[in-house]
Amino acid sequence: MLNKIYDWVDERLDITPIWRDIADHEVPEHVNPAHHFSAFIYCFGGLTFFVTVIQILSGMFLTMYYTPDIENAWRSVYYLQNEVAFGEIVRGMHHWGASLVIVMMFLHTLRVFFTGSYKKPRELNWMVGVLIFIVMLGLGFTGYLLPWDMKALFATKVGIEIAASVPFIGEWIKILLAGDATILGAQTLTRFFAIHVFFLPAALLGLLAAHFIMIRRQGISGPL
Amino acid sequence: MSNTRVSRRQFLNYTLMGVGGFMASGMLMPMIRFAVDPVLEAGAAGDYIPTSQKVSELTEEPVRVDFTYDQVDGWYESEVTGTAWVYREGDKVVALSPVCKHLGCTVNWAGDSEHPNQFFCPCHAGRYEKNGQNVPGTPPTGPLDEFDVKIEDDLLYLGATKPNTLV
Repeated sequence: MLNKIYDWVDERLDITPIWRDIADHEVPEHVNPAHHFSAFIYCFGGLTFFVTVIQILSGMFLTMYYTPDIENAWRSVYYLQNEVAFGEIVRGMHHWGASLVIVMMFLHTLRVFFTGSYKKPRELNWMVGVLIFIVMLGLGFTGYLLPWDMKALFATKVGIEIAASVPFIGEWIKILLAGDATILGAQTLTRFFAIHVFFLPAALLGLLAAHFIMIRRQGISGPL
Repeated sequence: MSNTRVSRRQFLNYTLMGVGGFMASGMLMPMIRFAVDPVLEAGAAGDYIPTSQKVSELTEEPVRVDFTYDQVDGWYESEVTGTAWVYREGDKVVALSPVCKHLGCTVNWAGDSEHPNQFFCPCHAGRYEKNGQNVPGTPPTGPLDEFDVKIEDDLLYLGATKPNTLV
């Protein structure tokens, strides 16, 4: 049945080469843990992506209950965690996954550094990776405020002061982030929500696409 | 006009890019102006807020004065509490902001028992002299801000904060 559907579509749109291009490729021996177990260090990039997918999915589901409003944000998080079935699990996935993404990304960066994989011709991919790192830190920073508890509020106060210490444009950055020159409140929460849920994920997906297209085009760097 | 002839291809390129750029900026301009509005908004004039602190009771020892005022945060209005550290200096009244100039925590007078005559920030052990001067070698990069002060019927009124004028 499924085969017939596939054949029907393939006959008309010739989709086989499309997925072959994506899925069919050589995995060199030196990056395959089945050959040398120490090659597991080459898995951290893929693991970062795997956790990122979990973050995107669990985040999409969290917004079914979450409300970015200072009166209701904390209450909605409390409700989804304690009253909704599996709420603790879904929020836990997003909470722990956030830290795990940073850890995996850091290990991936170390692997690329110590195998020298950033060298010519892969410099551009390293630079895109650094941009991904910045976007990920931004996602962590903006997401931390959303539960709107004391820890979130004061961490953001400190974070915004750090942003404000940038020479010349620090004050503008601060107001752009907080939505107000002095208050960290209702407008900050809606802004951080928008940045966390729309702006940064859009940037992240674009950068990840560039990252993956480049690695596919250049192939994995050779053995040490 | 110069004599360089514009080819049909160049002409079409320029017009398409011009029209395309015009349409793109027509889309982007409202969105960007919308996003940066808080930066361009004119700051509201600071009104003086009454406190319950009697000026005649002030001494040279800084005391904590809490005051409440209506704060308008976009669409959200609320009553919030602010704090100032107030003391008398001769016949002048000084009110200092408790916001640490390092990363915005809240400082306390004599908060550290080893330095009873200084302001202390518990976050990263920043210290300030009584006039708000930051102690060299501690994290803060500048002196504590100062409130505009007004006295009416022996009651203390606090205005906007400004950079410290005492140091």
